[in-house]
Amino acid sequence: MEILGLSLAMVVLFVGFGLLIGVLFGFFGMGGSFLVTPALLVMGYPTRVAVGSGLAFVFGTSVIATLKHRDMGQVDYKLGILMIAGTTAGIEVGKEIVIHLESLGMAGSIISVTYVVLLGGIGAFVTYEAMKGGDSGGGIDHDAADADVDADDIPEIAKKIQSYNVPPMISLRGGVSVSLWLILAVAFVTGLLSGFLGVGGGFIRMPALFYLIGVPVPIAVGTDLFEIVFSGGLGSFLYALDGGVDLSIVLPLLAGSAFGARVGSAATSIVDEEEIKVYFGLMLLGGALAVAVREIGNVYGIDALNTVSLVLILGSALLVSGAVVYSSITALREDSQSSSPA
Amino acid sequence: MVDLAAVASAGGGSVDAAMLIGVVLLEAALLYVGYGAVEQAFGHAVVERLRGE
Repeated sequence: MEILGLSLAMVVLFVGFGLLIGVLFGFFGMGGSFLVTPALLVMGYPTRVAVGSGLAFVFGTSVIATLKHRDMGQVDYKLGILMIAGTTAGIEVGKEIVIHLESLGMAGSIISVTYVVLLGGIGAFVTYEAMKGGDSGGGIDHDAADADVDADDIPEIAKKIQSYNVPPMISLRGGVSVSLWLILAVAFVTGLLSGFLGVGGGFIRMPALFYLIGVPVPIAVGTDLFEIVFSGGLGSFLYALDGGVDLSIVLPLLAGSAFGARVGSAATSIVDEEEIKVYFGLMLLGGALAVAVREIGNVYGIDALNTVSLVLILGSALLVSGAVVYSSITALREDSQSSSPA
Repeated sequence: MVDLAAVASAGGGSVDAAMLIGVVLLEAALLYVGYGAVEQAFGHAVVERLRGE
């Protein structure tokens, strides 16, 4: 039996993989392209199709996840539109740098090293901050995304950045007020890295919104997803122009991820923020390790390391999405026990 | 009715590309509404079940 030219087993595999990615996407506001594209590459799809289909999948999933976060009041449209402007300019510059490096024959190695260092660095930082606990950015109430943020909840680096009063100042959701130029600068730099690395950029933008601008985590996730709708839509359209989008990959992935995104988005209202940050950091570290292993395999011609890389990608997706679901169920049960009479 | 096979095999052209993205957007919208209806119908019961009530 074939559906859209794929065997039933492949359709089930894509729906299942989409489900895992959807949970991560809905929960973290990222995790699409850097997980899906390498998996498609290892499965033997051409680079153009893997990247284009990955982007189209990210576009569809971000539409669903954004609608869900909008329902929960976790999207800051003003910040999102400003981020789109800065990010678009940054992506263009990032692409130009890649083209220049390609002409020098250095693009592949520099991009891979940058990717591993950046992904691993952010992963290590976020994990360290989450493990440190205390008052470093913890304790934001997910049910009150629109409420003013307590001063103790804003990371020190964000407080420092917000202290620079360069007009015009922009008021954001959560009672945060920052300079327009700062928002555009953060958006430009994250867009530049996104264009340079060829990824959606959620793993850069989400921590940047929280750590640099001081936006509460739920709004950072929702706004990041809103931004990805536009960047993912434009990117997938450009790849579709060259026939790089394969619907037989995208449609089953999206069918699974749409359900997973609902679960992941709902979990942000249940699970403690500190746990979100730990999972986020561990997933980034897993992704960095997977890319490093794949690159070592390519350099030394060891095909088995490609499989190890795929196992790391699928394993970290399964482990972290499983942890999100498990934590949600545990939190629901604890809440039920604490609210029931003794 | 969009012929998915024809759209899927479309090689180039901005209209074909826009149709491809349109199909993805349409599926996303349908899934959002469909799963939303499922969540409305069964979500409360599932949460109650998970809470052990």
